[in-house]
Amino acid sequence: MTTNLATSPARARALFDRLQQNRHLGLVGLAVALLAPFITATNYALSVMTSALLFVMLAVGLNIVVGYCGLLDLGYAAFFAIGAYVSGILATRYGWPLLATVPVVIVAAVVAGIVIGGPTLRLRSDYLAIVTLGFGEIIRITANNLTITGGPSGIYGIPGIMLLGVDLSGPVGLYYTCVVVVALAVLGAARLGRSRLGRAWRFIREDEDAAEAMGINTYRVKLAAYIGGAIWGGLAGILFGAQLSAISPPSFTFLWSALILMAVVLGGMGSTPGVVLGAIFISVLPELLREAADYRYFVFGILLIIVMIFRRQGLWPARAVERQSRRDKRRAEEHAARKGKEVVP
Amino acid sequence: MTQLLWNGLFVGSFYALVALGYTMVYGIIRLLNFAHGDLYMLGAFVGFGVLSVAGGLATGLGFVALLIVMLIAMLVTGTAGLLLERVAYRPLRGAPRLSVLITAVGASFALEYGMRLVAGPNPEVYPVRLAGDPVNLLGARITIQQASLIVIAVLLMAGLQWLVMGTETGRAMRAISQDPTAALYMGINVDAVIARTFFIGSALAGAAGVMAGGYYGKIDFLMGFVIGLKAFTAAVIGGIGNVKGAMLGGLTLGLLESIGTHWIGGQWRDVFAFTFLIIFLTLRPTGILGERVTERV
Repeated sequence: MTTNLATSPARARALFDRLQQNRHLGLVGLAVALLAPFITATNYALSVMTSALLFVMLAVGLNIVVGYCGLLDLGYAAFFAIGAYVSGILATRYGWPLLATVPVVIVAAVVAGIVIGGPTLRLRSDYLAIVTLGFGEIIRITANNLTITGGPSGIYGIPGIMLLGVDLSGPVGLYYTCVVVVALAVLGAARLGRSRLGRAWRFIREDEDAAEAMGINTYRVKLAAYIGGAIWGGLAGILFGAQLSAISPPSFTFLWSALILMAVVLGGMGSTPGVVLGAIFISVLPELLREAADYRYFVFGILLIIVMIFRRQGLWPARAVERQSRRDKRRAEEHAARKGKEVVP
Repeated sequence: MTQLLWNGLFVGSFYALVALGYTMVYGIIRLLNFAHGDLYMLGAFVGFGVLSVAGGLATGLGFVALLIVMLIAMLVTGTAGLLLERVAYRPLRGAPRLSVLITAVGASFALEYGMRLVAGPNPEVYPVRLAGDPVNLLGARITIQQASLIVIAVLLMAGLQWLVMGTETGRAMRAISQDPTAALYMGINVDAVIARTFFIGSALAGAAGVMAGGYYGKIDFLMGFVIGLKAFTAAVIGGIGNVKGAMLGGLTLGLLESIGTHWIGGQWRDVFAFTFLIIFLTLRPTGILGERVTERV
């Protein structure tokens, strides 16, 4: 009896660990996202869920920069704004369909990433934090001052998404579009994190000098992470414009960048399931706690400090051990087999 | 034109005061204290609170009242900086850089929205304005009070320069910035010196906050955000970690902004300043006075 009591927390923890590492977790998450509208499908619920999905996409994108590569980006909302504005301007002023703006947005995000990341990533990583902070302000103020961006009133009348003649601009259509896009985005970011490039990112995060000594071109690899984050942010911006059909500069303040960062940090930097849950938590919580709105950001700030002091890895930490990919495993086996043959005669 | 230069010098001396705190903390423990701009905001609000309580007395005394208020605000923000260091930064000394930066963002957030809880989201109007009779000086119109604020700023900076270069505390600070471990072995109480640095830097930011309240006449809980960025820009222009550089950088940025906005319009002021930061980091990341620092592994 006593042993049972002693071991049960440990067993529960082991079970929880196994659950956390489960490969099918992503499928479960996707199923939840697909089935959620069958539980409640009011316009309000759908809009909250769509916003949560967008937030997941942003958090996963920022996770590439902050979580994988360990670079602090405090102006992530700028890329989000670039995506929303570029697609919004092309769609409303020039009548492009929203899908056609995707390549242009990607190019714009990459260019912005290079302009900001190019000079700053050569310096100490703290500089990136503050330069991105300034960049976020530059983009917001510029959008506020130019006429093509509609000034303070922004852009309105952004059309919904049409795919092969199917109108996806209704709440349900938009929600499922977002589910598909965001699922791909999450999957893409996670796979990127497990790729060769992803390993280089994590190496740089753990020890930049050692990474450099091992022959990693740290500057280019860091720039790749920053640009990757930029693309994710820009694409999320398109969906944001499609959801709200109107965008204006106040949507892209530092508060947004900070909230996305909060989602990544709380969930667990570098951990895809953690970041996804963190994003859902941060975006849905305000809907549940309307009265506490005034205290919310204050508590978020305190929470950031507490998490950093007591649980730096976040609530759902990333796996510390690399899992061997199937291809690598096969190669290793073949190699061992060949070696075995050579030795036998 | 002289008017522009004066305005630039005036705003520049605010930037310099805030940049000093930034650069001191960075110089000693290599920490970008994002909450520094919010300590400036705190200073402005403390000054506002004291002036509102003292009410009639303050308006009668005018400028002298502002000086006393400034001293109180400096004490309060200095203590706040001390607390911040003790609670948020000291437990993380030696932690990865990213964690410390995130903590600093959290501290900034907590200060901003904590102040919003206390003072409300709307801007407050400062009870004491520095709007005396303007005097013509070399073709520019400035008030005596404005000029005296510049003098105060200069005195504070001179005091700091003396503190860093001429006292034992200053020597300890410089030793820690070179090598904290070696400084510890030499019998320096590293924690105490770092705490003192935070106190001084935060107090200077608080002084700048009260000055800005009196100068602009309006304060709000997010006022520290942009000034923090500007102060960092100023510190980078002068050479971060360098006390004289921060003063020079602050004045340079003030002048650049003042002249730049005259040409391209006031709504572009912040864009102009931050673009300058990016350009400066590209061309001369060590700043005007900074020397090349090799990263220690």
